Amino acid sequence: MTAIERLTRCFVWFIAAFTVVFLMTPLVVTIAVSFGSSTVFTLPPPDWSLRWYERLANTRGLLPALVVSLEVAAVSTAVAMALGTLCAIALVRGRFPGRETIATFLVSPLMLPGLVIGIAMLQGFKSMGLRDVYVSLMVAHVVITLPYVVRTVVGALSLFDFSLIDAARTLGCNYPTALTRVLVPALAPAFLTSGMFAFLASMDNYPISIFFTDAWTKTLPIQMLQYVEERPDPTIAAISAGLVLLAVVALVIGDRLVGLRKLADF
Amino acid sequence: MSARTAQPSLRSPWRDPVALLAAPAVIYLLVVYAYPLLWLLMKSFSGPSGLTLQPYVAFMSDPFNWRVIGNTLRVAAWVTVVCFAIGYPAAFALARAGALVQIVMLVSIILPLSIGAVVKAFAWQIVLRRDGVVSQLMVGLGLWDEPQRLLFTETGLVLGAANIFLPFMILPVYSVVKLIDPRLSEAGATLGATPLYRFTRVTLPLTLPGVVSGVAFVFSMSVSMFVIPSLLIGDRFQTLSTLTGRSFLLMRNEQLGSTTAVILLALAVSIVVGSTWLARRVGGST
Repeated sequence: MTAIERLTRCFVWFIAAFTVVFLMTPLVVTIAVSFGSSTVFTLPPPDWSLRWYERLANTRGLLPALVVSLEVAAVSTAVAMALGTLCAIALVRGRFPGRETIATFLVSPLMLPGLVIGIAMLQGFKSMGLRDVYVSLMVAHVVITLPYVVRTVVGALSLFDFSLIDAARTLGCNYPTALTRVLVPALAPAFLTSGMFAFLASMDNYPISIFFTDAWTKTLPIQMLQYVEERPDPTIAAISAGLVLLAVVALVIGDRLVGLRKLADF
Repeated sequence: MSARTAQPSLRSPWRDPVALLAAPAVIYLLVVYAYPLLWLLMKSFSGPSGLTLQPYVAFMSDPFNWRVIGNTLRVAAWVTVVCFAIGYPAAFALARAGALVQIVMLVSIILPLSIGAVVKAFAWQIVLRRDGVVSQLMVGLGLWDEPQRLLFTETGLVLGAANIFLPFMILPVYSVVKLIDPRLSEAGATLGATPLYRFTRVTLPLTLPGVVSGVAFVFSMSVSMFVIPSLLIGDRFQTLSTLTGRSFLLMRNEQLGSTTAVILLALAVSIVVGSTWLARRVGGST
């Protein structure tokens, strides 16, 4: 091994270690604090305890916020998967002009400031006569979840070899059977992964949800930020640790379904 | 025979029935997303007597607002610089690392992506305290004489935001680095090129498209971040985004909020358009 190779190797190791430590710091800190006994976020914790998790049960407003977040995420993801998949099929299989423009338009909510989209929706919905906060939240969150579905399903569909369907039909399947036996299993992993990450994006959204809240309807991130501002204590770290766990589960499932490297595709 | 070769010419959407499948999603977004954005744009330019630039003139004539714009761009620029300084070599490390290190790195890059900004910004509140991890580390390394609080300082904000946006720098750069054939650089070495020359003439130009999109991602997200500055620096330091949020949520000043929202929107759109143009240029020249 030459000196320069050895140097490169050391450098790669150093950067890799630094990046991993830097990126994992907030997650590790959150989890450590949530299992500590200290009220003032002392690190490392003087003693381990589950008191912040016990507190979760009688933290006012937490459960309703969690329920709202789960419902909004589930409904908006379901709607986005239906709309997004149909649209992805049109974009990949269609032969009409303007497909590129449509694709950019559908993914554009990811590229614009969430806060601005939220403000625009607040006023736009009002002008259309939609005043119900809960319905507004669902309608708005479809716009957040749709880009994830469209992006992933378009990617998976364009890699799919459609001659396989013709092959299945040659071998005696009729068209619908060919679709369900060949196309659906081939796309299912990407489809489920896109739904999972769309769901998480909805669960975590703050800047759009903040404009659709009232005294009864608050999503989890909004309720959490309110706790942080009112009385910051490690109870929030315990909620956060729960959300970290959810992300870990999603990552493990995503890895099983499509593989870690595919998840990193940009 | 696939449909692709059977129908080489573009058809009008009215004659291609597949196009109809795109209609529900497009109509949905037009109504609940495009229309509200246009409505916001129109309202910000309309006064009591038709079209007006008055709100923008009023906004720009207040020196406080210039400081707000300055804060926004300065913080975004620093976050981008920090992300690039860490993310560019990290993308190479990720591409060149062995299988195990690669998996560990990928997990630590992708996992934070599906965790919300509220969770991560709250964690940074703890990390940046006087008795927090960063302060302990700096004192331990002998760089600081005594513990310092980084929370509610601009440095703390840049550090926290850079941490949260770092994956958006690493992944686009990694996506081009992994395509580079390492033998290219070896070929350069065989031909007698120095490492520096090889880097600036071979490697750097090949990675530029990834760099452009990484920089665009990080910069535009830093310009529009809202939760992170609210938690890490507080109300005394205003950016366009926090000012927009405050004017709607606290001050109930919709006029000011609409004006700043449109400025933010214009910034974001110009970053997207500019970076697309730039990416096409640097992509075409290699």
